[in-house]
Amino acid sequence: MPILARMQDNIARFFDGDIWYSFKQSKITVVAAIVTVVMILAAFFAPLLSLQNPFDPASLDLMDAFNPPVWGEDGSWRFPIGTDDQGRDLYSAILYGSRLSLLIGFASVIFAMALGVTLGLIAGYMGGAVDTVIMRIADVQISFPGILIALLIDGVARALLPGGRHDELVVYVLILAIGLSQWVNFARTVRGSTMVERNKEYVQAARVIGVSRPRIMVRHILRNVMGPVLVIATITLAVAILSEATLSFLGVGVPPTQPSLGTLIRIGQDFLFSGEWWIVIFPGAMLAILVLAVNLLGDWLRDVFDPKLR
Amino acid sequence: MIALIIRRSYQSIVVMLVVALLAFTMFRYVGDPVAMLVGQETSLEEREELRVKLGLHDPVPLQFARFVVNTAQGEFGISYQIGRPVAELLKERMPATLELAFLAAIFALVVALPMGVYSALYPQKWLSNIFLTVSLIGISLPTFLIGIMLILLFGVVLGWLPTFGRGEVVSFGNWTTGLLTTSGWQSIVMPAFTLGMYQLTLIMRLVRSEMLEVLLTDYIKFARARGLADNAVHFGHALKNTLIPVITITGLQLGQLIAFAIITETVFQWPGMGLMFIQAIGTVDIPIMSAYLILIAMFFVVINLVVDILYHVVDPRLRVETSKGH
Amino acid sequence: MSELNNQPLLEVRDLRVEFPTRRGTLVAVDGISLEIAPGEVLGVVGESGAGKSMTGNAVIGLLASPGRIAGGQILLEGQRIDNLPYDEMRKIRGRQIGAIFQDPLTSLNPLYTVGQQITETIRTHLPVSERDAKKRAVELLEEVGIPSAKERIDHYPHQFSGGMRQRVVIALALCADPKLIIADEPTTALDVSIQAQIITLLKRLCREHGTAVMLVTHDMGVIAETADRVAVMYSGRIAEIGPVQDVVKRAHHPYTHGLMGSIPKIGHDVERLTQIDGSMPRLTEIPKGCAFNPRCRDVGTRCLVERPILEPAGVSQVACWKYDPDGTGGTIEREVANV
Repeated sequence: MPILARMQDNIARFFDGDIWYSFKQSKITVVAAIVTVVMILAAFFAPLLSLQNPFDPASLDLMDAFNPPVWGEDGSWRFPIGTDDQGRDLYSAILYGSRLSLLIGFASVIFAMALGVTLGLIAGYMGGAVDTVIMRIADVQISFPGILIALLIDGVARALLPGGRHDELVVYVLILAIGLSQWVNFARTVRGSTMVERNKEYVQAARVIGVSRPRIMVRHILRNVMGPVLVIATITLAVAILSEATLSFLGVGVPPTQPSLGTLIRIGQDFLFSGEWWIVIFPGAMLAILVLAVNLLGDWLRDVFDPKLR
Repeated sequence: MIALIIRRSYQSIVVMLVVALLAFTMFRYVGDPVAMLVGQETSLEEREELRVKLGLHDPVPLQFARFVVNTAQGEFGISYQIGRPVAELLKERMPATLELAFLAAIFALVVALPMGVYSALYPQKWLSNIFLTVSLIGISLPTFLIGIMLILLFGVVLGWLPTFGRGEVVSFGNWTTGLLTTSGWQSIVMPAFTLGMYQLTLIMRLVRSEMLEVLLTDYIKFARARGLADNAVHFGHALKNTLIPVITITGLQLGQLIAFAIITETVFQWPGMGLMFIQAIGTVDIPIMSAYLILIAMFFVVINLVVDILYHVVDPRLRVETSKGH
Repeated sequence: MSELNNQPLLEVRDLRVEFPTRRGTLVAVDGISLEIAPGEVLGVVGESGAGKSMTGNAVIGLLASPGRIAGGQILLEGQRIDNLPYDEMRKIRGRQIGAIFQDPLTSLNPLYTVGQQITETIRTHLPVSERDAKKRAVELLEEVGIPSAKERIDHYPHQFSGGMRQRVVIALALCADPKLIIADEPTTALDVSIQAQIITLLKRLCREHGTAVMLVTHDMGVIAETADRVAVMYSGRIAEIGPVQDVVKRAHHPYTHGLMGSIPKIGHDVERLTQIDGSMPRLTEIPKGCAFNPRCRDVGTRCLVERPILEPAGVSQVACWKYDPDGTGGTIEREVANV
């Protein structure tokens, strides 16, 4: 089967190449990658790894609230790192919360990437008025901080959808809001590369043969542009996770019955002075480690694809 | 130069109009303005009267024009929740946010510049690595987490600093400042640090990467080939060339600070515009939301304009419309 | 004064420049030796990647890291300079040894006026006042042929055309009156019409100031016009070195011969220009023995095993076993393209 053989070939070539070499060399990046993968897996298997389902109000008992971690007074193995004000087991809440954060993060990035890459390809390839319009919008948007845009979209959605409906759709609203605030970087990079590639001979040859425009854009140009796009995607993932956490912290993110890491931190802040520090520290640490790991990966990817450093 | 200012101003006005359109759309069509302003018992006829009085049945372009004129005069409507004119509320809360933002900006700049320069000039030294690590952490930690950590350490554990509010403020004219009292300073330290942290890491990384690039250029090599002293090469040449793009981006960041203040103000219950905005989102207080949007847009536009002009003043390549000599 | 006649200004002995990469250590310059007499113009010619720029960089002490000098010596007026601490070397740069690089646009700092850059350089090396330095700067600009020097001294680099900029660069290189100038492809980035002007200028100035020049270029025509002697480099080694007329006419080394044949000459009608098959080997794949042996039409058995050393051949020196006085060169049967 030629396809299988080609895949094996590609895999072999990958492991022989520069990218893998550079990856192995940088121990920090390897650690970061492992951490990221572990976290993603843990989040994915949250229902299996958790001790309870913190999203199910019925399974919570207010009597369990404010339990300290297992090494504190009154701590127990039922709640290894303590409980919050609703009696949620923090360990499970962190797993479920990470899952939610990662879900929204990935989905936003994919949305932003799809939108940005498409617009970038169109703008770069068509040029002219289409290009100007798209880039103008991009220019105006990029000068506003992403969080503000996400906040506005969320606020408007909140106003447009009556209460109950909003809660059902809030995850989609968040994905839309965060995604819309991040498409510009993709678009700009892809547009730049497209404009460079468009003038190259292989594109002109394709046009002469009569290959249709969308086909050229997707099959030929896209391939050459994926490197930088990947770098941006990783960085955007970190930004997306942070955005969701921030929105939830501010109280305008996920609903309080399905706390993400940001929500847990917000809850925790209220109880700092009364001594229940674990509600803030553990989710905070998890969030920090997750974003740090993703950022390290992004940094490494950027070095790999930077032509000047090769 | 004049031509530049005119062109830029024209573009700024276009942007403002677009933002105004967005704000107007929000204001007018999200939710029912009348329902927000009256009680449950108001009859349908009275509501209809109110609609006419507010001009809600006039043609849309007319309504928009009225909106723009009102906004230009600082008339932002009445807050649904609080019941007071939004303009008043903004005026009250602006000093808190602006003081915080400026202090954070100065802090970020003053610390980040030397860090960035040092780590570009001496990339092998351990201090540089520390700076880089700190910057990575600064970019990865969300602002609110940094704030909470600070509260935990300096407020709860050590008890040195107050953890919410502005402390004692002194007012004169329209402005209230916390910078003239001890408690004011104590209250602003942590929020300013928190707000500035992200900018600090951004600026530091920018300075470092720009400077590294500059140090590889031909003119630096040629400067060394002419035997210029290290100080002259590093600070006279490399730094000067690095600062130009840095100025631009830092200036633009100032606008971002004002928006990021939303988060910091929430963490520290800082009575600024940002906190008001978040509360407005929670209560769907449209007039405040749309007014904030326009105000922020205006800040951005003005800052962009100033930075642009500054850029042209500083970079001779853009300054002189020149005839080439032969 | 008789010392000056006998002692070379610059002596390079067995210079070796390496740079470590993760694929192993690459040798960019592999044991080259050359001399430049005071006031002499030595051309260093070769293809891109032959190691000529590296040699120039090594001499002036500006090898880009991770490149480093791994062996050999560089002597200026009899004193070693390759092992000097950074500060000592810095004093030599500009004052004893100057440099000109290829692209005049990127060689000048766009944010400073031309005058500022010249006066700064003058005052770094000579104890003169700002006013005197500026006066000298104007004189220099006039010397290099910039019209209205008094006004143009306050202009920025982007206000000059390419040729004018290179003149400014030359002025900068000469302003502290160095004894030697490393000119690394000084005309490559310029229009052909300007090239001749710049070369003439360089020649004249160096003659007037008594400055020696190491002229690094891939353009044999420039060498033929300007240089007194020439070194032909290949794969980090010197293939041939000698007076320029001798090397150009006799072209002892097969590589040189190929180079000469590939230059179109006005008045000579040929069907095809000579082309040497193949290309210069990559730094990771330098052949054993003589680096040129895969492409050489006169290759012998010894060439495959032993690296040739420079031996005299008339007034020049050649590194080729064909000219070995013991006559152990030979010809292997090999498919040779028609030249």
